[in-house]
Amino acid sequence: MTEMLKIDKLNKTFAAPTGDVIALNNIQLQVKKGEFITIIGPSGCGKSTLLKIVAGLDTDYTGAVVLNGKPVDGPSIEKGFIFQEPRLFPWLTVEKNIAANLSLKDPTTRTRVTELIELVRLTGFEKSYPRELSGGMAQRVAIARALLRNPDVLLLDEPFGALDAFTRAHLQEVLLDIWQTNRTTMLFVTHDLDEAVFLGQRVIIMNPRPGHIRSVQPIDLPFPRKRSSSSFQELRHKVLSEFEKVEEPTIDVGAGI
Amino acid sequence: MQVGIEKSVVTPLIKKKSRVKNRGLSIQVSNALLSILLPVILLIVWEGAGALGKLNPILLPRPSTIMQEFVSLTASGELAMHLGVSAWRALLGFLLGGGLGLAAGIWVGFSYKTERLLDPSLQMLRTLPHLAIAPLFILWFGFGEASKILLIAKGCFFPLYVNTFLGIRSVDGKLFDVGRVLQFSQWQMITKLIIPASLPNIFLGIRLSIGVAWLGLVVAEMMGSSTGIGFLINDARSFSLTSVVFVGIIVFAIVGKLSDSLVKLIERRMLRWQDSYKGEGSS
Repeated sequence: MTEMLKIDKLNKTFAAPTGDVIALNNIQLQVKKGEFITIIGPSGCGKSTLLKIVAGLDTDYTGAVVLNGKPVDGPSIEKGFIFQEPRLFPWLTVEKNIAANLSLKDPTTRTRVTELIELVRLTGFEKSYPRELSGGMAQRVAIARALLRNPDVLLLDEPFGALDAFTRAHLQEVLLDIWQTNRTTMLFVTHDLDEAVFLGQRVIIMNPRPGHIRSVQPIDLPFPRKRSSSSFQELRHKVLSEFEKVEEPTIDVGAGI
Repeated sequence: MQVGIEKSVVTPLIKKKSRVKNRGLSIQVSNALLSILLPVILLIVWEGAGALGKLNPILLPRPSTIMQEFVSLTASGELAMHLGVSAWRALLGFLLGGGLGLAAGIWVGFSYKTERLLDPSLQMLRTLPHLAIAPLFILWFGFGEASKILLIAKGCFFPLYVNTFLGIRSVDGKLFDVGRVLQFSQWQMITKLIIPASLPNIFLGIRLSIGVAWLGLVVAEMMGSSTGIGFLINDARSFSLTSVVFVGIIVFAIVGKLSDSLVKLIERRMLRWQDSYKGEGSS
C-alpha cells in the first residue's frame, strides 16, 4: 500500500513570555491509505497541535508534512476535521449544516446528504436545528459534514471526549462502520486508552515536554473487537505500561467501557 | 441499539411541543390581556376623574373627547394625509440612514484598520443631539424635505451601525475554523457565516433605528413644516387644541408599536433557530 501522509522531522515551537516552548520535537510518521491511526498521550503532549498542522490550520512549523505527494500549506476539503465540539451552525437545520456551503438543490449533493444522514443514523432529524439535538447526535452531524466532502483523510481531535460512555461507545461503532464502508484514512486523537486500542490499527503514543512520539504499538486484532477479550486486554496493558515508564502518567485509564 | 436511547430523549420533546400548541391559544389570550391591563385601568381612572370635573379640560381632556377628535380627524381625511407624509419621511430616512449604518457596520466590523479609521469619529458624531444638528441642516438644505429626511437618517444610522458592528465582532471564532476547514470562499465566509451569525444584532439595530426614526420625525416636523403628524401636534399646541395633540401622540404610539411588531414578527421567523431564555412564565 502507498504512503498517503508523510510527516518528516516536524518541529513546532510556541513563543511564550518565559522563552520558547517546544510543542513538537522531531515527529516522524507515515500513514498508509485507508489506515486507522489513533494518537494517545496526556494533555500537553502536542497531539492536538500535530493534528492542526496536518489539517493546515497551523502552518507555523519546520519540517515536512506531505499529503498525497503535496506539501500541506493550508486547510482544504481533502482533510476533513472533526473538532472536540460539534461546531454546527446554529441557524441551519441538520441537512443544511451537512451541506454548509454546498447547495442542496444540486441533485448529487442532495442524494449524498440523504445517504450520509442514513450512514450516521440520523434519518428523521433532517429538519431539526442543532439546539434540538443531543451532544452525540450533533457530533454525528459534524462527521457527516466532513464526509460529504469525500476527504482523503479524516482528522478527529478528541471527538467523543465530551460524551457520556454509552454515546461514546455507540459513536465508536458508527465511526468504524464508516471507516469500513468508505475506507477513509483516519487520524484519531484521544486521551482515552480503551478508545485508542479499540479503534486503531496502530496506536501512536506521545509524551510531553517536549511533545514527541514515544513509541508506536500495532494492534493486530480483527474488527469488530471485543473489549473483554484477553488479547485486547493484553494490548491495552502494553500501551498502558508505556505510560508507566514516564514520571507523570496522567492518562485517562478508566474513561472507556 | 444505542440509537434507541437517544430517540427516547428526543420524543418527549416533540410531544411537549404539540401539547404546547394546543394550549398556545389560551396562553396568547391571557398574555394579551395581561399587557393591556395597566392601560385599561389608567383610562378608566382618567375618564372617571374627568367626568367628575377633577381635571382641567384644556390641560387634560377626557379620553372620550380625544376619541371624538380622533374620529372627526379620521373622517375628514386630515389624519391619514398627515400620517402618510410622516410615514413616507420616516421610511426614506430609515432606508437611507439604516442602509448606510448597515453598510458601515459591516465594513468596520470586517477590518480592524477601518475600525481605527472610522469608529472614533463616528462615535463622536453619535452623541450629537438632533436639536443641536437641526439648525445646521436647515441652513444647509433649507426647510424642504431634504433636511427632514437627513435628520431622520442621522438618527437611524447609529443604532444599525453600532449593532451590526457588534454582531460581526461577536461571531464565534471557532466557527471560522470550521469555515476554513470546509474551504469557504471569502464571500461564503460573509454570507454563510458572518451575516447569519450577526443577524440577531442586526435585527436589534433595525428595531432601535425605527424607534429613532419616529423620534427624529417629530423634531424635523416641528421645525417648520406644513404637513405631517409632528406639524399637526405643533399646530394644535399653538391653538391650545390639547385633544388634537393627544391624537397625534396616540398615532405616533400606535404606528411605532405596529412597525416594531412587524420587525419582531420577521425577526422571529428568521431567527427560529435561536434557543434563548424568554423569561419566566412564557410558553
